[in-house]
Amino acid sequence: MKKRTFLTAATVALGLALGGAAAAQDKTKVGFVYVGPIGDGGWTYEHDIGRKAVEEAYGDKVETIYQESVPEGADAERVITQMALSGADIIFTTSFGYMDPTNAVAAKFPNIKFEHATGYKREHPNVSTYGARFYEGRAVIGHIAGKMTKTNKIGYIASFPIPEVIRGINAAYLHAKRANPDVEMTVIWVYTWFDPAKEADAAQAMVDAGVDVIMQHTDSTAPQAAAEKAGNVYTFGQASDMAEFGPKPRISSIIDNWAPYYIARVGAVMDGTWESKDTWDGIAPGMVEIGEITDEVPADVKAEAMALRDAIASGETHVFTGPINKQDGSVWLAEGETADDGTLLGMNFYIEGLTGDVPQ
Amino acid sequence: MTDFPILALLAGMMVAATPILLAGIGEMVVEKAGVLNLGVEGMMIIGAICGFAVAYETQSVTLGYIGAALGGAMLAMVFGVLTQFLMTNQVATGLALTLTGLGFAALIGQPYIGIKGITVGDVPLGPLRDLPVLGPVLFQHDAMVYVAIFIVACVWYVLRYTRTGLVLRAIGENHHAAHALGYKVIATRLTAIAFGGACAGLGGAYLSLVRVPQWTEGMTAGAGWIALALVVFASWRAWGVLVGAYLFGGLTALQLFLQAAGAAIPIEYLSMAPYIITIVVLVIMSSGRARASLSAPASLGQPFNAST
Repeated sequence: MKKRTFLTAATVALGLALGGAAAAQDKTKVGFVYVGPIGDGGWTYEHDIGRKAVEEAYGDKVETIYQESVPEGADAERVITQMALSGADIIFTTSFGYMDPTNAVAAKFPNIKFEHATGYKREHPNVSTYGARFYEGRAVIGHIAGKMTKTNKIGYIASFPIPEVIRGINAAYLHAKRANPDVEMTVIWVYTWFDPAKEADAAQAMVDAGVDVIMQHTDSTAPQAAAEKAGNVYTFGQASDMAEFGPKPRISSIIDNWAPYYIARVGAVMDGTWESKDTWDGIAPGMVEIGEITDEVPADVKAEAMALRDAIASGETHVFTGPINKQDGSVWLAEGETADDGTLLGMNFYIEGLTGDVPQ
Repeated sequence: MTDFPILALLAGMMVAATPILLAGIGEMVVEKAGVLNLGVEGMMIIGAICGFAVAYETQSVTLGYIGAALGGAMLAMVFGVLTQFLMTNQVATGLALTLTGLGFAALIGQPYIGIKGITVGDVPLGPLRDLPVLGPVLFQHDAMVYVAIFIVACVWYVLRYTRTGLVLRAIGENHHAAHALGYKVIATRLTAIAFGGACAGLGGAYLSLVRVPQWTEGMTAGAGWIALALVVFASWRAWGVLVGAYLFGGLTALQLFLQAAGAAIPIEYLSMAPYIITIVVLVIMSSGRARASLSAPASLGQPFNAST
């Protein structure tokens, strides 16, 4: 028994020594945990572009490692721990569901920096959170959607009922409604970030119900393919440009550009200036970009969309500017009032005009 | 909300059911022969990429399906050689097959990411298409929907009424007795495994050619596991697999359609329903008296070695 204990201790010591040795080298090791495959053409694809940008920016000074398709939950903790043990100096965990696992692992490895995307928990000084104000982009495409629908029915394929997604639905609906007061929005919850068959089925179900403009908050390009098959249906690229589906059905897109953030944070680790913080950037600093609006969209609508984008970027317009009521009719924002970040980060209600309930 | 598209729902159900129907019927034959191949997911995804790649390169859907069936069967033969000749553990090998398939498919699929698939037309069924109600539900589909049903009918007939089917079932029930009678246990099993792989490949190709239609990494997203559950749910009966596949496919389509129609339903429960039904069926079937009717092949998953 004692012998075994000794062996275990020796193994651990050896592991630590090796880990220490790896860290001591001048190469900074950067880990990425992805929720889907890099080839999803959407969310994970863009994070991987960010990873490659880090490699390009620092060349021989960094080494990046990544793991794809890591399920949210217990497996994630194992994967993050594994990455920490393999000598990573900074680890980016790129999905909401990695929030608790990231903080749990961070507690065990105080010398490693952790960066969690789209979450809000920073329980330890070595955890930062970062996210993008996708809702700013959704306001712009919501406006286009409202103008482009002929049936006055637009659809939204939603993943999980978390604030991030609900915020996107509200932003898109609000601006679609302001562009076209007759618009109705159908929301389908698919309870997955990535399941091409289910996403395609959801798109098809919407088309059958008369929807002719579809937005999505899931990661694959399947809804685009389904829309193309259906014919007269418009879609928007999600997370990534998805330009291969343009000029139709894809008429524009919201692109997540993580590269500048990743380069800055890895740089901060290198020169020792890294500290825990929360970053939530939108269109202005370029973390959220609006993809090319194709010629399927009339010039005046395109101009309005660009004007809205620029107004959001300059800070002149806030996406959520009152008067806005909640779904039950109670006042959320009075005339001219804008939403504060706290409410937005915890958003768990629909605004007035949306039908159905937010699943609890 | 007013006019609920019930016909579209039923039609959607048939489409949603086809991949798991194909994979399920193949796996049923494999299990009837006494082999448990948990690699359905891996074979499906290989079928999805092989089908997409071949169809794209040749611009022929038929060749795409053939390519998918061959791809699935080839991966299945890896499993066959390992488990039948090298006597590896079937459960572990099957799981490894899934992982291999997912990784290998991602590798082959690199050049095909983001490429648009080819259009698969409906079968020209002439006047049948225009029948009220039945037309849109039953007769406006692509060929594979009907091929899948035809395969089920063939499997049912072969297993029930032919000598080949009897031999296959005998091997699945008691491979030692079958061997003593002079039947070729390993050859029969390898054939069944290849058939199962080909069917899973077709199921995968249906996803990448018709249902989605494009190639995306990991696009099967668990369909192979549902197919496995389906076989147990069907208690190893061909028509049971058909009913189960339409039930599972129907529930998936139903919850999406209800949401699209704006019905106030608890979506979580409908999403769970296929799995809950599987569990309930398993519980009922494994309880005491009903156990006999479970009719799992007696030699399922056991290694066979002629010398012992």
